[in-house]
Parts: sequence; C-alpha cells; structure tokens
Amino acid sequence: MSNYEFVRTDMLPQQEPPSDTVGVIGWLRANLFSSFYNTALSITVLFLLGSVLMNAVPWVFLGIWNADSLSHCREIFASQYSDGREYACWAVVRDRWDQIIFGYSFGNLEEGLFWRPVFALLFVFVAITPILFPSTPRTLYLATFATLFIYPWLIWGGSLSSYLSIAVLIVAAGYVYQILSKYMISLFSIGLMLVFLILGLWLLNAPISALIHLILPFELQSIPSREISGFVLSITIGIVAIVASLPLAILLALGRQSDLFIVKKLSTLFIELIRGVPLITLIFVATVLLKYFLPKSVNLDPVLSVMILVTLFTAAYIAEVIRGGLAALPSGQKEAADSLGLNYWQAQRLIILPQALKISIPGIVSNFISVLKDTTLVSIVALNDPLGIATAVRSHTDWNGIVWELYAFIALIFWLMCFSMSRYSMYLERKLRTDHH
Amino acid sequence: MSQNQERKVDRSKMQVGDEVAIQLTNMNKWYGEFHVLRDINLTVNKGERIVIAGPSGSGKSTMIRCINRLEEHQKGQIVVDGIELTNDLKNIDKVRSEVGMCFQHFNLFPHLTILENCILAPTWVRKTPRKEAIDTAMHFLEKVKIPDQAHKYPGQLSGGQQQRVAIARSLCMKPRIMLFDEPTSALDPEMIKEVLDTMIELAEEGMTMICVTHEMGFARQVANRVIFMADGQIVEQNEPEEFFNNPKSERTQQFLSQILGH
Repeated sequence: MSNYEFVRTDMLPQQEPPSDTVGVIGWLRANLFSSFYNTALSITVLFLLGSVLMNAVPWVFLGIWNADSLSHCREIFASQYSDGREYACWAVVRDRWDQIIFGYSFGNLEEGLFWRPVFALLFVFVAITPILFPSTPRTLYLATFATLFIYPWLIWGGSLSSYLSIAVLIVAAGYVYQILSKYMISLFSIGLMLVFLILGLWLLNAPISALIHLILPFELQSIPSREISGFVLSITIGIVAIVASLPLAILLALGRQSDLFIVKKLSTLFIELIRGVPLITLIFVATVLLKYFLPKSVNLDPVLSVMILVTLFTAAYIAEVIRGGLAALPSGQKEAADSLGLNYWQAQRLIILPQALKISIPGIVSNFISVLKDTTLVSIVALNDPLGIATAVRSHTDWNGIVWELYAFIALIFWLMCFSMSRYSMYLERKLRTDHH
Repeated sequence: MSQNQERKVDRSKMQVGDEVAIQLTNMNKWYGEFHVLRDINLTVNKGERIVIAGPSGSGKSTMIRCINRLEEHQKGQIVVDGIELTNDLKNIDKVRSEVGMCFQHFNLFPHLTILENCILAPTWVRKTPRKEAIDTAMHFLEKVKIPDQAHKYPGQLSGGQQQRVAIARSLCMKPRIMLFDEPTSALDPEMIKEVLDTMIELAEEGMTMICVTHEMGFARQVANRVIFMADGQIVEQNEPEEFFNNPKSERTQQFLSQILGH
C-alpha cells in the first residue's frame, strides 16, 4: 500500500462565504479599514473631504438666483445671511445663459431666432440615432443625410436652395459612380466621380440652386460666420471635427500600414507634421497668416478654416489610435480574409476595421472629448467661444468681479457633453463584446 | 495516432484523376537573404490527398501558403487550377476563391457569429443571395456536426469546434482544393479526433487535399502520398506504406524515428 493513497468518498457541498467578507461591512473592511495605516489614511481623507464640502455645499445651494448685478447680490447676502460670508451669485447665469449658449448672432430670447440652433441640434440628435443605435430603422439615414445640409442652413441662414443644390449634386455624383463602376475599376470611377462633383459644383450649382428656389423659396436671415458664437460655435466646430475626422483618420491609418510606398510615406508625413505642431499655432496660421499669403480676392471664412484645421488635427491623432488597433489584430485575420478571396477593401471593411475600431473605441472617444473642449481655443482668432463670452460678461459693469459662477456653468455644460460621450463609449464596448455572453 | 484506427475509411470515392490541380515548377522563395524554398517541383492531381511532414522550419507551411499566395514566390512557376499565380490581383483573388485553407489557429472572425463567418465570403465574393448562402452554410455546419452553435460567437466554442467551423467556412466557398496548415497542432488531444474525423470525411468525398500535419495516423489512413521536407526542399516522397515502413533517405529515417519512437 502506497503512503500517498487518498480517495475522496463524499463530495463537498457549496458553502456561503464568511460573513465579514461580503456586503457593506465586507466592502468597508476591504477597502477603507484593512490595516492600521489604511484606517488612518481613510480618516484623514474623510476629514479633508468633509471640511471642503462644508464650505462648498452652502456656497452652491445658498446662492442667489434673483439679482440684477453683482453688487445687488452682495446686498442680498448682507441682508439675508448674518454670517457676513459670500455665497454664489447664480444670477449672472440666469441673466446671461442665453448669450453663453446661443452667442450673439441669434438675437435674444424675445426676438425669436433661438429656434434655429435648437432645431439644428434636434436634427443632429435624429441624425446620429441610426449611427449610435444600429437597431433603429435604416430609413433614419435619410435624416442623417438631410441634416448635413439643414444644419448649416439653420445656423448660417440664407436660401435653402443653395444648400440643397449641393445635396443634389452629391446624390448625382453617387449615381455617376454606380454607373461607372460597372464598366471600370473602382479607383477610376471614384476619380471620375470627383471630377464630375467639382465640375458640377463649379458650373451647375447656380442654375440648380435657382431651379430649387422656384419650388422651395425658403430663406432665413443670413448670419456672418464671425458672429456665430457661444456653445453654438463650439458644438458646430466639435460636431464637424468629430464627424469628418473619423473617416479621414481611418484612411490615414490604413495608408500608414499600406504596402504602397508613396501612400505610406505621405500618410506618415501628414500625421507627423500635424501632430508635431500645437493646435493653437495651426489655427493662428490658418486664419491670420494665410491672409497675407493668399490673393486679396480669396475670402477665408474664419469658422470654416478653423473647422478644417481642427478636423485635420483630430484625424492625425485618431489615425495613430486606429493604427494601434490595427497592430493589435493577429495577422491570421488578414490571412483568413485573403484566403477566402476577399479583396483589400472588403477585407478591411468587413474583417479588419470592425475589430480594429472596436479595440480603439476608448482612444477614439477620448480624442473626441478632447477636441470638443479644444474648440475653446478659437478665442485666439477672435471668435467668441463660451469662454470668450464669459470674458465679455465679466467686463460688463454689472458683473465685474464674477469668476466662479460663470466658469462653473460653462464647465457643467462641457462636462455633461463629454460625460455622455464617455458613457456611450462604455455602452458600445459592452455591446460589441463577443468573447462571452 | 491510435485514436483513428478504429474508424474504417471508405475509399470508394477516393480516386486520383488525370487532371492536374496544382503544379509547382522550380519554385523558389527567399525571406530577404534566407533561401526558404529551394527548387520545389510538385504536381498534384485532382483527388489526391497529400500529407506534408518535416521538422519545424523546413518550409512546409511556407510552401502551401505560396499555393494561395499568402506568401509570394520569387522564382519559378505556380499554376493552380489552370491559373498561373503572378502579381495580377484578379488571378490571385480567383485562385483564392477556389482554394480553401484552414489554419493552425483557426482564424475565425471573432466579431461575427458562426453563421456570419460562413456566409461572409459566399455573399461578398461569389455574390450568392443571402438566403442561399445561409442554406449552404447550415448544410456544411451540419456536416461538421455543429449546426446548433450557428448563432454563437467563435469565442464561445471549444478549439475543436472552432476548427470544424473553419473547415465549414472554407467549404461554403465550394473550393476545388483544400489546404490544411497544421490544423490540429493547437488543439487539446481530446479534440484532435473530431477535427481529423471531419477531414477524413472530406477525403472520402474525393476532395483534393494538401495537409501539413504531424498526425501520422491520418497520413497512413487517408493520404495517397506523403512528402517529407527538410531545409526548404522536398527530400522524399512516396506512398504512405512505403514511406513509413521503408524510408530511403537518412533524414527521413531520422525524422520518423524521432516522431514515432516514443
């Protein structure tokens, strides 16, 4: 008989975990009071946190909402509270929230142009629904396409027909591509489609626009680019940068991974050039310095040039994030796609990119969040982003001396937008998980 | 290798035809300076089941990867199903859609369900209507005995099941030739049998197959020819009986004694 012989005769049933390791008590023990030092640290931190909140909470919640100016606020503090302390003067937000959000270009609440940015934003919400939630009906993509033209119309104004004629030309170019691609390889038909589009925009835009105007004679008061301000400006630049940079970034990332020497080098050059320069410098160069180099007749729209730059800038960063995702894929995925006979673009679109983009979601969304906040840099070229408006409000005699309340309000709105993006990205990551269900 | 011996292989449809399926003529390949494949000459007729064996680094995988141009050769000629492999992308895609391949690590697409994995290439490459592609896919999934997993994702299946799906995915393209690149090397011993059984069934139906494998039992049962490669060259080839019982070259004897000796 061996010394090691052991045979189990009865199997052990499942047991409850020890009671001091589960529930609230278990959590507190494990996370706050697991040792002498951790207990001391927890108590110190709780004490510091408490003393900050003791001051901050009353400041926020005992603040004044009804007042005409900062000095009025102070009079109310003196008469209402005997402790002689100052509380938040939220009245400035109540007085100026419309300027911070809608800027100067849409008049004020009474004159009634605010419906334009509000509707524009509603259109954006409808437009992104089919992209964010693929289970919604496909026909919503029509609304997405329409929003590309209705949004700028609502913001910049002018005749609806001038925006719709561009839409018509793009749809026509799409048909041209479909017809051509039956007879030649796709690269040629894409080229010819672009030629058609450029010629169309140059020659046919005016007549088509006039024709549409006969049927749909809708016109809005036009608003010069320079006057668009507040969160309307930030959100507009942010949306354009986010929407346009992703496809560009994908092309750049694929270009940098490509076997084609020139494509690879050009993509690398572009990414490294743009990433190596601060955004603020690019914006400054594009809107101020370019004026001196370009002929006098060329009229650079400051908002448009900022949009293009912010897009290029974001694309360069996201391209590198996506390249990381592409590099993380095992080479077997490409080989399997190749061995099944898929061509390059099919393999990229159906196999490689869905997986690479999924890996890159946190990085991409992180860049989206940062570009949305970077739109406040446009104040360098005298565009009035929310921070620029805050400066203007603070220099007004009524509100001279106000700091925290305005910036807290602006910060809150930015935080809400950025936090929703972050939550959505986490939802998306969970939804796209396929390893175990 | 003992695990397959109880299965009786039906040889009625295993017939080698006269038609040439694959022809490699003086094929050479280099990785930079390194000469990996040296003067490979090989003619595979329709219906042949060829097993390629050899020590690691001998170029077996590289050779079959050249047949569907996952690797490019620098000298010589490869003709598959009458089409010569050159830089012409159209020809390459054509050959690839006629030649199925299974990999050591399965390479299923993890973001698609089993069924989607199977219908992807037929719908995009062959332009088969979706409904028909699903019918075909279910037919082959039944054949590899996993139709009930069709709506799961690859990550939820065992290795053996994944490899059988990979075989079904290749079959959905109705290939004339199947290449297997060490299909059982990444599997637990208990799962090897289910994959080999699937491959045997395929052979029984008369499929032209080239398998890089270390499963010598499979080679004895199914192959009509065993090729031994070393140092990027074909060192010996023969019918399985002769190959295993009476190897001619010293390299082959040495190799066989190492893999069969324990």
